[in-house]
Amino acid sequence: MPIISTAGLARTFTTRNGPVEAVRGIDLTVRPGEILGLLGPNGAGKTTTLRMLTTLLPPTAGAATVAGHDLVRDPAAVRRRIGYVAQSGGLDPQETVRSELVAQGRLYGMNRARAAARAEELAADLGLTELLDRATPALSGGQRRRLDLAMGLTHRPELLLLDEPTTGLDPGSRADLWALVRRLRDEYGTTVVLTTHYLDEADALADRLVIVDKGTVVAEGSPAALKAAHGAATLQDAFLAITGRGPTPVDTTPVAV
Amino acid sequence: MPPTLLRDTALLFGRYARQTLRSPFQIFFGVLMPLLYLFFFGPLLTGLPLGREGDSWQVLVPGLLLQLGLFGASFAGFSIIMEKNWGVFDRMRVTPVSRLALLLGRVLRDAALFVFQAVLLVLVALPMGLRAPLAGILIGFGFVALLSVALASLSYALALKLPTPQSFGPAINTLAMPAMLLSGLMLPMTLAPGWLDALSHLMPFRYLVDAVREAYVGHYTTPALLYGVLVALGVAALAVTVGTRTFRSAGA
Repeated sequence: MPIISTAGLARTFTTRNGPVEAVRGIDLTVRPGEILGLLGPNGAGKTTTLRMLTTLLPPTAGAATVAGHDLVRDPAAVRRRIGYVAQSGGLDPQETVRSELVAQGRLYGMNRARAAARAEELAADLGLTELLDRATPALSGGQRRRLDLAMGLTHRPELLLLDEPTTGLDPGSRADLWALVRRLRDEYGTTVVLTTHYLDEADALADRLVIVDKGTVVAEGSPAALKAAHGAATLQDAFLAITGRGPTPVDTTPVAV
Repeated sequence: MPPTLLRDTALLFGRYARQTLRSPFQIFFGVLMPLLYLFFFGPLLTGLPLGREGDSWQVLVPGLLLQLGLFGASFAGFSIIMEKNWGVFDRMRVTPVSRLALLLGRVLRDAALFVFQAVLLVLVALPMGLRAPLAGILIGFGFVALLSVALASLSYALALKLPTPQSFGPAINTLAMPAMLLSGLMLPMTLAPGWLDALSHLMPFRYLVDAVREAYVGHYTTPALLYGVLVALGVAALAVTVGTRTFRSAGA
């Protein structure tokens, strides 16, 4: 049974200038234990899709089952089974690493002692032990990201959704994060859905890619299959062929200086 | 109350109360404006006929208590705008924590903070000349708590609805100033001409101020006190309902 299955999932925002169809209808199936990369140009609807799948934003049309529960009818059950890390994270600058980890455990229903123990476990797992009593604004970008991830993993979710998890990280921190995502899947069978703009990341990390453009799925398959289908040498070329957005349009008129 | 709601509310109240306790500025700043009124405006009233039973302090201090609640609680929404910007609000909404607790935890912290400030204000008012029965003073704190719960709930709801933080401050000021003037917080509406007095009866806070002034002169069974209690409970119930709906609707 798929861990995510959506049919025509859509979200229209009402703005002063009329309705904006951020997501026009996404049909998506994710198998348990998969690492799925969600790609697409800026504004394609990736974040809106993730926000719907995490119950943060009610869909305006369509249906979805996430981690065995209906997204619209039983959002509370979905929340207990999924973890989510937003693009900009979610750390309170007034708190320390430890107090945030403990608070997160408590929000997931753990008692004080269990939450404190889980905070230590997560810190050890993600290399945050030395930083436990540091205030969150004093963390580096890579450390912040690891803490954001630890918060998303607090309750050992079977499904983890990550919105641009490696944006702004140095190459070493990115490699660490890739290793962590693979470890989660290999050791715990966690399903991971992540959005990214880095095609090398998608190529290296994801079992399967779903390319979204203008609010709908325009292509999907393994990185190798997508490259083969478009006769492309790199994923970059396949991506540009699929979304129809070349880096620069071929211009035949001479350059005027 | 289901046990999870109770537990989650206590959890979030604890988080916000600890954050407040770490910030003495937040604790004491709110009491500054009412204190200035007490020092520099209060003495002007001591010999004036205010058209009410009791001396001028028994008329002014109830007004300042509710002014404290009015301005303090109506700006409470700023904190949720910051939490939204930090991503903390969404991070909490992705957890199974009770939606109502997300509101109540904050609102109860606000009520505790403003009652604490009200106690400070009364303690300073005593050497200035305030004399009032203890029961009346305690009733006054009860009204500060109800007003804080009501206004903070509405403030959080509004802060979630407004698209930009820049629109929040002006919106609150536009609502709070007429509320203060029309409820007779500074001077009782008994001094007002007929039309202003009539208009002020449309402002719910007027009933609260009148009720606290009754309590401060030891009248606990008058219609004014009863109306005050009914209006305060009604407004608080309505405000918490509006707040809960806004917090429940996931689009917020």
